[in-house]
Amino acid sequence: MPGIIGTLAAAVIAFAVLAVAGDAMPNWLVLVATLAFAKGLVALGIVALMRGGLVSFGQGTFYCAGAYAAGLAMRSFGIGDAAVLVALGAIAGLILGAIIAPLLAGYRGIFFATLTLALSMIVYGILNKTYSLGGSDGLNLHAPRFFGYQPAGSRNASYALFLFTSLVTVIAAALCRIHFDSVRGLLSHATRDNEIRVEYLGASVRWVNGINFVIAAALGGVGGALSALSLGHIDPDFAFWTTSGEFVFLAILSGYMSVAAVFGAAILLELVRSFSSQYFPNTWQGALGVFLLLIILFLPEGLGSLPLRLRPSGAKSARAPIEKFK
Amino acid sequence: MTALLETIGLQKAFGAVIAAGDISIAVERGQKLGLIGNNGAGKTTFINIVTGHLKPDAGHVMLDGKDITGRAPRQVRRDGVSRSFQIPQLFTSLTLDQNLLLALAILRDQGMSSWQPARSDLGIAELDDLLGRFRLREYREQTIAVLPGGVRKLVDVAMAVTCRPKLLLLDEPTSGVAAEEKFPLMDVIMHAVEGTDTTVLFVEHDMDIVGRYADRVLAFYAGRIIADGAPGAVLSNEEVQRYVTGGAA
Repeated sequence: MPGIIGTLAAAVIAFAVLAVAGDAMPNWLVLVATLAFAKGLVALGIVALMRGGLVSFGQGTFYCAGAYAAGLAMRSFGIGDAAVLVALGAIAGLILGAIIAPLLAGYRGIFFATLTLALSMIVYGILNKTYSLGGSDGLNLHAPRFFGYQPAGSRNASYALFLFTSLVTVIAAALCRIHFDSVRGLLSHATRDNEIRVEYLGASVRWVNGINFVIAAALGGVGGALSALSLGHIDPDFAFWTTSGEFVFLAILSGYMSVAAVFGAAILLELVRSFSSQYFPNTWQGALGVFLLLIILFLPEGLGSLPLRLRPSGAKSARAPIEKFK
Repeated sequence: MTALLETIGLQKAFGAVIAAGDISIAVERGQKLGLIGNNGAGKTTFINIVTGHLKPDAGHVMLDGKDITGRAPRQVRRDGVSRSFQIPQLFTSLTLDQNLLLALAILRDQGMSSWQPARSDLGIAELDDLLGRFRLREYREQTIAVLPGGVRKLVDVAMAVTCRPKLLLLDEPTSGVAAEEKFPLMDVIMHAVEGTDTTVLFVEHDMDIVGRYADRVLAFYAGRIIADGAPGAVLSNEEVQRYVTGGAA
C-alpha cells in the first residue's frame, strides 16, 4: 500500500515542519494558526460530505457539541488533559452524528442543508436557555495539560497547544486522505455523480451518506474541543448559523479535492479576517465577501484545484463536459 | 425445471396510463430475449419492475423460484439481476478504469472499506479482462464525460456484467449509437457474455438487431404482450406488424 505509506510519511513531515515553524512564529500567528487548524478540521468534515454531493449548513451543531463536551469534562470532572478532552469532543460529535445521520441520510441538496441548519439553531436556542451550562454567557476553560505536561508561561502554553493541535490535524488529515483514496472514498465520489448506478451496483447511497455524515460530525467535535481550548471560552454562538456558514465558506474556499488545501484555506481566512478586522474594522465582512466572490469566479473548485488547473488540459476536471452531456 | 425469471400478473399504472397490464412470462436460463414495442408500450417499465426500481401495483417477480418483488435495486443486484440503461448511468467525473474498479470492488464487498485503496492490485486482472472483452482498453484512463456515446454504452453494459449476473437486462443498448456502429456494438456485448449462462433481455427498436441476436421475442403494446415466440414468427405476426413494426418486418 504505497499510497497509505506515502500519506503517513507526508503527515510526519508536515508535523515536523509545523513544529519547527511554530517555534519560529510570533505568538499572535501561533494563536491564529491554532484556531485555523481547529476550524479547518470542521471544514474537513464538510469536505467529506461535499465529496458525496452534500453540503451541511449546520456543522456548528457538532462543533458546539465537541466544545461543550470538553468544557463540561473540565468543569465538572476536573479533566484537564487536552488529549482526553479532544477525544471526548470527538466522541460527543460522533454520537450526536450517529443519532442524526439516519434522519438526514435520505435528504439531498437544499433540504439536507436546511435541516442541518435547523438542527444547529435548535441546539443554539436550547443552550441559550440552559443556565446550568452557562446560558448565553457560556463557560470558561482553563489552560489544559498535554499528556501530563503543564506548560509554564503564555508563550509555552500557546506553542504547546499549537503543537498538539498540529498533531491532531495531521493525523486527521492523513486519515481523511487515506479514506478519500479508498474504495469507500471513491464510492462517495461516485454517489455525487450518480446515485442510481451506485444502487444498481449493490451499494447503499443512504449508508454512504450516513457514514460521511458521522465522519463529519466527529471531525466537528474534534474541531470544537480544540477551539474551546484555544479560545478558553465556549458559548452558544458555537452553534449559531453564522459559525456554520464560516465552515461552509472554508470548504468552498478549499474545494473538495485536497485535504491540505482545507488547512491552507483556514489559515488564509483567519489571516484575512485578522488583518481586515484590524485595518477595516467596520467593513471586514465585506472584504471577506469580496474574497469569496473572487474565489467562486476564478477558482470555482477551490484552492485545492489549483494543482489540477496547472496540469496539461487533458488532465483537468471534466466538469464542463459533464454538464454538456447531461 | 424452474424458469430463471418468472413474472406473474404484473400490473403497473401511472394514472390512467397502463404501463403493465397483467404481464406473465417465464424465461429459461441462457435465453436471449428481445423486447420490442413502441415508446410507451411498457418495455422499460417491465425492466424497472424486475430490477426493483418500480414496485408493481399487483403481481410477482420470481427469480430462480424466489420472490424478489419490490426488493431494492441493490438487493436485486445481489440476487443476480443486473441492468444497463437507455441513457448510460455512469460516474461521469471518474475515469473508465475507476468506474469499473468501483463496480468490481463493490462486488467483492469492499464498498465499505475505508482503507483499501481504490486502485490496488485486487481486481486489476478482472479489470483487464473486462477491458479486453469490451474492447475498452484504449479509453481506460479517460474521464467518462469525454467518451463518445457508443463507448459509454459499452461501459454501461460492462458495469452491469461485472457481477456475472444470472439475468442481464439491457435497455436499448444501441439507442443513440450511429447506424454503422450498432451491429459491432451488439457483437461486442453478446461476445462478452458468450460462454456464460447469463440470460439476456434486451429492449430494441431495430428489428434487424432483434432478428439477429434474439432467440425469442416479446412484443409489447399498451402495457401488454401481444406476441411471444421465435423472432421470425413474432416479426411476421399481423398484430406486431400493425402496432409495433408498421409492416417493416
